[in-house]
Formats: sequence, C-alpha cells, structure tokens
Amino acid sequence: MEINLEESFQKRIDDEIKIEPRDWMPEKYRKTLLRQISQHAHSEIVGMLPEANWITRAPNLRRKVALLAKVQDEAGHGLYLYSAAETLGMSRDEMLNELHSGKAKYSSIFNYPTLTWADMGAIGWLVDGAAIMNQVPLCRASYGPYARAMVRVCKEESFHQRQGYEIMLTLCQGTPEQKAMAQDALNRWWWPSMMMFGPNDDNSPNSAQSTKWKIKRFSNDELRQKFVDVSLPQAEILGITIPDPDLKWNEARGHYDFGVINWDEFNEVVAGNGPCNKQRLKARVDAWEKGAWVREAAVAYAEKREKRNSNKENSNAA
Amino acid sequence: MAEKDLLYNYSLHLADNSMILGQRCGEWCGHGPVLEQDIALTNIALDLIGEARSLYQLAAELKGGNANEDTVAFLRDVLAYKNILLVEQPNTDWAYTIVRQFFYDVFHFYLHSELINSAEPRLSNIAAKSLKEVTYHLKWSSEWMIRLGDGTDMSREKMQEAVNGLWEYTGELYMPSDIEEQAFEAGFAPDLNILKPLWQEKVEDILAESTLYIPERNYQQKGGKKGFHSEHLGFILADMQFLQRAYPGANW
Amino acid sequence: MSNKEWPLWEVFIRAKQGLNHKHVGSLHAADVQMAIENARDVYTRRMEGVSIWVVESKNLHANEPSQQDELFDPANDKIYRHPTFYILPEELNHM
Repeated sequence: MEINLEESFQKRIDDEIKIEPRDWMPEKYRKTLLRQISQHAHSEIVGMLPEANWITRAPNLRRKVALLAKVQDEAGHGLYLYSAAETLGMSRDEMLNELHSGKAKYSSIFNYPTLTWADMGAIGWLVDGAAIMNQVPLCRASYGPYARAMVRVCKEESFHQRQGYEIMLTLCQGTPEQKAMAQDALNRWWWPSMMMFGPNDDNSPNSAQSTKWKIKRFSNDELRQKFVDVSLPQAEILGITIPDPDLKWNEARGHYDFGVINWDEFNEVVAGNGPCNKQRLKARVDAWEKGAWVREAAVAYAEKREKRNSNKENSNAA
Repeated sequence: MAEKDLLYNYSLHLADNSMILGQRCGEWCGHGPVLEQDIALTNIALDLIGEARSLYQLAAELKGGNANEDTVAFLRDVLAYKNILLVEQPNTDWAYTIVRQFFYDVFHFYLHSELINSAEPRLSNIAAKSLKEVTYHLKWSSEWMIRLGDGTDMSREKMQEAVNGLWEYTGELYMPSDIEEQAFEAGFAPDLNILKPLWQEKVEDILAESTLYIPERNYQQKGGKKGFHSEHLGFILADMQFLQRAYPGANW
Repeated sequence: MSNKEWPLWEVFIRAKQGLNHKHVGSLHAADVQMAIENARDVYTRRMEGVSIWVVESKNLHANEPSQQDELFDPANDKIYRHPTFYILPEELNHM
C-alpha cells in the first residue's frame, strides 16, 4: 500500500499536479519542505535586521519610506512563509523556538554587517537579486501553499531590487566619496551573495531528491551562473567593478567564467562564526522574549472578553 | 509675523510631531512582539512620515530658494525643531510605545478633525488625507490600551507605569505656542482650547475601559514647541541627519 | 508565563466591488477584531482589497481528500450539462 501511495504521489508531481496540505505525502517530503520553508521564513525575519539598522539613518525622506516599506515587506514575506509551513503541521511558535535555540538555520548572508548607506544599495541589488533568482522558480514548486506564498513574495519583491539598484546608481553618479562607498559595498557583498546559492552541485547531497519532487527546479550552480551573467552588465552600467579577477566572458560556454568561492568562509558563517551571527540571533531572541508579556496579555484579554460576552448572553437568555 | 512665515512655522509644528514619532515607530521595525504587529506599527510609521513629508514640502515651498522637504527636515538642529516632548520620548517597551501613541493619536485625531476646516486649503487637504489614517491609528492604539490594561496583572502594571511616566508630557499638547495662537487668529489653525476637553474625555474613557488611572502627580513638562527639548531629540537628530551632515550637498 | 500561541485565522479579500472574496493566506491574532486589522495591515498594503473576511482556521471544514473519486469523478460524464452537448443548425443565432 505504502509503495502505491508513493508511486501515485510521484506521478502527480510528474504530471505537475500540485500537492495540497491534506493530501497524502511521504514523510520525507513533508520534512524537507518544512525545513526549507521555515528556513526561508527565518531568513526573511533575520534579514530585516541588517537593513532595519539604517531606517533611522536613511539619508532623505524618500529613501526612508522606501526602506521602511521594504523591511516591512520582509516581515510580510516571513509571515506568508510561516503560514505555508504551518500547513505542514508545525506551529509558528515551534518554528521560532527552533530559530531561537540555534537548531534552525537561516541564510548566512544576513550575518554580515551593514556598515554604510551603500550597503542598502548593495543588498537590494545583489542580495535581493540573488533571492529573486532563487525564488522565481519556487513559484512553481510542487507544494501548493509554498508556491502560492512565493507568487506573492515575488510580486512584492520586484520593487526591492529596483530600490537597491537605484541607490547604487545615485551613489555612482554622485561625489567620488559616494562612488567609493558604492564600490566598497560591492566588494563586501559580492562573494557572500554568490554563496547564497549554496554549495556546488557535486557537494549538494539533497538536491537530487528535491529536484525529483519539484521543490527545486534549477541546480545551485545553474542559478549562480545566471546571477553572474546578469550582474556583470549591471555593474558596468554603474561603472564599478565586481571584485573577481577571474571574471571573464567564455565564448564557448556562452557564459561568464568566475573565480573560486571561499567555501571555508561559507562554512564558518553557517557554523555560527560569521561577523554578526550572535548579534542577529540575540536581536531575534530579545524581541521574542520582550514581547512575551504582550502576546500573553492579548490572549488573556480575548479570553476575558469572550467569557464576559457569554455570561451576558446567558443572563439575557435567563 | 508675515502670513507666509506664520504658515511656514505652523507647518513645522505639525510636521515635526509626526516626523519624530514616525522615526520612533520606525525603530521598532524588525523588533516587534509579533510579526503581525511589527507590520502594523510600520504602517503607522509610514503614515506619519508621509504626513510629515507633505507638510515639509509645503514649508519648503513657502521658504523658496533651494529648500526642499529634506533641507527642512535634515538641516535644522534641536533648537529649531518644534515637536512636543511626548513624541521624542524613547520606545522603552511596548507599553510605553502604545501609551505614547494613544495620547498622540487622540490629539492628532481631533486636531485633523478641525484642521480640515482650515482657511488654508493646503493644510486642509493634508488634514483630510491624514485624518483617515489617524482614525485607524486611534482605533489601533485604543484597542491595545484596553487589551493590555485589562489583560494580565503584569500587563496592567506595565501599562500603568507607562501612563505614569508619560502623563507629564501630555499637558504640552494644549499649551499653545505663540505661533499656534497666531495661526488660530489668522484662521488656519484650530483652537487648542476646544480640543483639550475632547482629548480629556476620550482619554478618560479609554483609560477607564483599560482599568488604568490618571496619576495624581500632575506636574506638566513643556518647552518642545519652543525648541527646548529633552535630551532625547539630539540623539534622534544625530541618527537621522548623520548622512546629510557628513556629506553636505550630496544627492542620495 | 503561559505560552499560548495566538490562534490562526484564514483571510479572504474582496479585490474590488463585484468580485468574490478570495482566500489570500492566513495569520495569527488574539481575537477577531485584531484578525481583521492584521489582515488589513498584512494583506492590503498595496490596495489589494476593499473588504475582508476572517475565519478562525479551526472553524473551517473541508472534505477528506481521500473522497476525491466519489465526490468529483461522477460529474465527469454528465456532458449534457454543457451547452456544446446540443447539436443545432449553424444558421441559428443568438442561442
């Protein structure tokens, strides 16, 4: 029986029929999705922090409202994704506990510091650019709630990258100091952005199964290549240089060749040793703990009011 | 004071309040007690800064020359800022944030309810747009007052502490500055004396429903409207104005 | 301190007058008023709606997916319910 279920499940996936929450699914499919979606949600929430840093310091009012709206969108994206993950049988609070205890991971890019205003530009341009590249194929993921959440995310995300690129453009057309600021941000964010696509394909053990289940549509290296290919002309328009001496056009491949990623650094950051891992996690834990009395009181009040209302109804009935 | 200068200064009164409170609310972004409320408070921040922008644009137009919304917001120092002390008080915790918001929202709501009748059409237009937003802010903060005041023992305690801590900054709402008085006489600003009893009644109603009370000690701080602020404003402006000051004249 | 999570709510939005409310997602809220306001703040930031319904997720009932065949397949062969089933002369108009 088990085998038949699994076979018909795979057939539905092969036929591009979406899987919905109450449908039968292999336990491993459920777990893989839960891990991926909750990790994605955590990344959105932790990802608010490096940019939120600059909300009070945004250089003018137009930039301030755009940044606020952008960071707020990330909260929304986290919320959509937690909701999708909840349909797989884990509550948001449980997921947050896993984040806060260090058990759950989030994208390592957010463990880098935002030092200057240009980092707002570089994050929007590169980090959101890389995220979009990852996310657009996920709009067709086999799990319905995930795919629907991603459609919403991608729709909203489109302003994020433009917002970032416009910041970079303004800096690059500004004073020499501003342009240097933009170049420095590119220097610091380029390689971490490249790492966002995850390990090389030959070093990515779960990819085959995820591809078979259509949770993943392109390999890490395919997406990374695509990112390099679109980013280079964008850097040229800005007039700043991607910090990779090995970057050059390969006529035969029809793609840009690029240098070797420092995977030791990647592994260290994933392991918790990035420049801001501790601060990011602490900020999340603090917000959660300091909010505990607020969440508790809201429930207490709702229960109290319900009780009062039903008492009123009872006495009216009597 | 010439009418143009008067309108300029009165616009700053209105704008600086919303700007500084918007800046404070923005500090919460990413740190709220629950995702849904993080988003809600950011919406309020965006409304407030949006209103401030409209008013700064009006002020810049009146000032003329190279003035724009950013020169008005970013190139004035503490003594030239006209916001009330209430809005610059620190976030402290969710209780202080809600109480500060509620006290301001009640004022803001009645202010704009009158300002839509201003003889100055540019002000009445801004007020009309803002009134819709503020109506929602007031509903939101009133509900949180009640929910937390009448929630748990701990939440009531924290809310009462915030009411006690912030009460001394509410009197300034209705102590008119010279500019506000002149603006009233000129017909484009409401009479703060009319707003005061409305504010008091609403605040008393909601506090009662929240099982909270007005503290007995009733000394009222003042000075913000004249530029004599608490120490907090200097730090707010240091953050806010840093890039404009560090790179004078640059485009962003 | 108790650790009770805020209940989950399903959100339905009417995009504009004349359209159905459509399921857009879910969220957490302590009570119904907060659920409506949260839905406003979360799901209508870009003018996506003119009306909001919320229902606590536990109050939403659904058929069993395992009943798929018996519930929905029997409709497959009732082609006479569709206008194309009926053969009429080509010169006939307005029908």
